Amino acid sequence: MATTTQTAPGVATREFQRPARSLWSDAWFTFTRDKLAMSGLFVLIFLIIAVLFGPYVWTDKGTEIDFTNSLGGPSFAHPMGTDDLGRDLLARVLNGGRISIAVGITAVILAISLGTSIGAIAGYFGKLDNPLMRITDLFLSLPILPLLLVLVYLFRESLKSLFGPELGIFLMVVFVIGILNWMPVARLVRAQFLSLKQKEFVEAARCVGDKDGRIIFRHILPNVLSPVLVAATIGVGGAIITESTLSFLGLGFPSDVPTWGRILFDGANFLDIAPHWVLFPGLSIFIIVLSINFIGDGLRDALDPRRKT
Amino acid sequence: MGRYIARRLLIAIPTLLAITFVVYVILALAPLDPLSQFGADPRVPPEAREAIRKSLGLDQPWYVRYVLWLGGLLRGDFGYSFMSHSPVIDLITQRLPNTLAVVGVAYIVGLVIALPVGMLAAVRRNSFVDHLISTITYAGFSVPTFFTGLLLIIVFAVKLHWLPFIYNSNLRITDLASLGEQFRQSIMPIAVLGLFDAAIFTRYIRSEMLEHLPLDYVRTARSKGIHERVVVVRHVLRNSLIPVITLVALGIPGVFGGAIVTEQIFHVPGIGELLVRSILLGDTPVVTAVLFIFAVLVILFNLIADVLYGVLDPRIRYT
Repeated sequence: MATTTQTAPGVATREFQRPARSLWSDAWFTFTRDKLAMSGLFVLIFLIIAVLFGPYVWTDKGTEIDFTNSLGGPSFAHPMGTDDLGRDLLARVLNGGRISIAVGITAVILAISLGTSIGAIAGYFGKLDNPLMRITDLFLSLPILPLLLVLVYLFRESLKSLFGPELGIFLMVVFVIGILNWMPVARLVRAQFLSLKQKEFVEAARCVGDKDGRIIFRHILPNVLSPVLVAATIGVGGAIITESTLSFLGLGFPSDVPTWGRILFDGANFLDIAPHWVLFPGLSIFIIVLSINFIGDGLRDALDPRRKT
Repeated sequence: MGRYIARRLLIAIPTLLAITFVVYVILALAPLDPLSQFGADPRVPPEAREAIRKSLGLDQPWYVRYVLWLGGLLRGDFGYSFMSHSPVIDLITQRLPNTLAVVGVAYIVGLVIALPVGMLAAVRRNSFVDHLISTITYAGFSVPTFFTGLLLIIVFAVKLHWLPFIYNSNLRITDLASLGEQFRQSIMPIAVLGLFDAAIFTRYIRSEMLEHLPLDYVRTARSKGIHERVVVVRHVLRNSLIPVITLVALGIPGVFGGAIVTEQIFHVPGIGELLVRSILLGDTPVVTAVLFIFAVLVILFNLIADVLYGVLDPRIRYT
């Protein structure tokens, strides 16, 4: 709009000289107006800072066994109480949060990359569409959680011996969650690719001699980015829940790796005498997933041009 | 319609075959011996272990076992459990009704809650009530089912002593008192799943109704002087429910996942609890069978949803 400033002096100039807003700054503007999404973002940032730097501030490692203090309720020395071995639960929740969040984000990166690649290939190359979508449908009718449980149980020991207990289980949980959750993204990306590849700008790109790869990555993919981003955000919450569910069923991380689900699993036997043991890690899962869902919903509204008011 | 259902059932067969194949290969290639329980016991001599393997048919390669298993499946025979030595089919028929009862009643509870609430939120869009309902539904599906279950136990069983701690599977319904007991012990498992379902359904119903409310046929109905309540319930709600049904059916795998967790928390003897226990015991025939049953249920509910879609929406014609 810079050219119009020459013909419109005075007050109007200032208005026209406002920098042009891109899709992303526009979306950010809408996003900041969404109170729920913004509070979700603040809570999420707070939680991430807490699990990243909390263990340096709260120096209790959560590994010291102190039987004189077992199953103690919340107190000044132990704000979240202690478990049956007298270990500090705040420290365990902080340390476990690192793993839970890391699993959530890594698993979603895997699922999104897999889903986007399969969706893009299926949508762009007509020949591969049918076989790839058959595979997607097959994966969609798999009973996900039961299969996750079986996979984790079967491959736990061998991965443990390959990469060590913590990294081995981490890789496996991330891998199985990612490999069983790419289907919705693949469908979404495929549908977008099918309609976008007919558009004039793709034809124009082909006319100037762009190769398939360049058309996919430079022209179509950026247009698919916003729904994928929304799916990824919400997916992180889902992956955190899945990881905690696995650990809660005793088929995730071992007890020396205190993820939130694992702490709940350990505490579930002491519900009657030590409810604080499950309350705090459970609340942590709830709050982080809730804030992620609020952010995802805010992003959806902000990135969807049809929803602008 | 009959031909459509028949065709869909025929398509389901290769899907099921593929699923059984995937499951079987995973279990066969896994670096885990089903007899590791015996293997850890030094008192079992190697010859005896070999004899046990032979009697269970484990000395054959996995593809032979797969074909044999498929043959058994056609006769309704899932083989024998390694651990309890009873036919797998018996274990499943004992437990499947419990799972279906809990999941089914929870679904109905969820719908009964979600219908009026979702409708109210859509009709009063952007009001205080709508924001309140939206916030609560968000909370409802952000809270993992295992945490809801533990919270309910803490509140209603530990603190208030209103409801029994865990599900007593030996309870026989003989008179009114035991029926009441069955009711009391079913409340918490059903509530956990039902509230989760309600949260999801409410969101679907609200957003679908919001799509329909500004449409022309709604304005026509209003301009004819029809009472607003009739417009909403007869015209808008009915049309909005059609896509809700597919969304609900697509959520079925997640619901069975939730059933596994609830059964584990409350010790409800369903197939989810059977699965977790069999996995931990390395009881391969039971694990394979339960996974197969879950796959059948998922495919079946998808089929039911598609058929209902056609029944409810006369514009959809199946050829």
